[in-house]
Amino acid sequence: MRIYDLIIIGAGPAGITAGVYASRRRLDFLIISPDVGGQAAWSGGIENYTGYQFITGPELAVKFQEHIRSYEAVLKEGEEAVSLLKDKGAFLVKTDKDNYYARSVVIASGKRPKELGVPGEKEFKNRGLTYCAICDGPLFRDKDVVVVGGGNSALDAVLQMSGVARKIYVVNSAPSLAGDAVMRQKVGEAGNVTVFNAAQVVSVSGGKFVERVKIRNSAGESELQAQGVFVEIGLIPNSAFSREVEKNAAGEIMVDARNQTNIPGIFAAGDVTDVPEKQIIVAAGEGAKAALGAFRFLSMNQF
Amino acid sequence: MAKSVKIYSSPTCPWCVMAKQFLKDNSIAFQDVDVSSSQQAVDELMQKTGQMGVPVLEIDGDVIVGFNKEKIKQSLGL
Repeated sequence: MRIYDLIIIGAGPAGITAGVYASRRRLDFLIISPDVGGQAAWSGGIENYTGYQFITGPELAVKFQEHIRSYEAVLKEGEEAVSLLKDKGAFLVKTDKDNYYARSVVIASGKRPKELGVPGEKEFKNRGLTYCAICDGPLFRDKDVVVVGGGNSALDAVLQMSGVARKIYVVNSAPSLAGDAVMRQKVGEAGNVTVFNAAQVVSVSGGKFVERVKIRNSAGESELQAQGVFVEIGLIPNSAFSREVEKNAAGEIMVDARNQTNIPGIFAAGDVTDVPEKQIIVAAGEGAKAALGAFRFLSMNQF
Repeated sequence: MAKSVKIYSSPTCPWCVMAKQFLKDNSIAFQDVDVSSSQQAVDELMQKTGQMGVPVLEIDGDVIVGFNKEKIKQSLGL
């Protein structure tokens, strides 16, 4: 049975940076991730990652890939961790393809878009319902669309669509829109936007593609005729596979100043943790700290 | 014989950019259909693939939704 020094779960800014540090400490390690770049790859333009005055998400993801590959690190791409357990004095990471053992782990699995959890959501995904406004927005030219959410990402989608779609309905569960004042003002000024506050989506229906969205507010249930649904209701941490690691109410893995979790040898970094700021550069820094923490843990335990 | 490869994409979609880069890296010739350029492109995507999201790849009639590297490799025999 091969036991690695370290397994890094995730290949966004935190996971890749952890990998760079692990390589430079000559650890025997693996990175396991369904994709490379994580949420950073989804950013249109990044203007606050030091060293780049402007870089797009996909470009930064390519840079990450080049950087980690320069170290001959083993990157198991297209593979997803499904559980993390203690086994035979080591940690066992089970993925959808294989099992791997390591003496330490860095969890850097990030966050994913939250789902609505209503009938029709799964059936109409990619058939009018999308979690990526920036990707699929252009498909809804002159159509009527519903944007679900009331925070910055929802307002971003609304503003993006206001020049593309015919009518935009905003279904916001809170009593008023959140998000930056500047963006709220722009939404208010757009002529084709109707906001439903304190409202929920009940179901999404149609034929081959989305045709109707049923919503509920204090006035009762009503149906909107729309061909598109943009779900922008926030993110949830990809932390369910690590059952024994302590999490906060939001499901974020709790870490100390050295990125150690409640289980010695398991570290975590980036957006999957309770670190206060979710930023690409913060995640990268946290990844570095977590890898160095794992290195220290391995040295102290004389592995 | 080389397979016919078509990708439906939008210029702002990160996974489209990555999928096209992947094809280029593997020296695969492909036709790029930009759905932001015309309604005709959108209609073609919806009718031919039953999808309304990008990227969608069509490899010799095989429809692959999203940038699914493994399925793409499989379909191309890489």
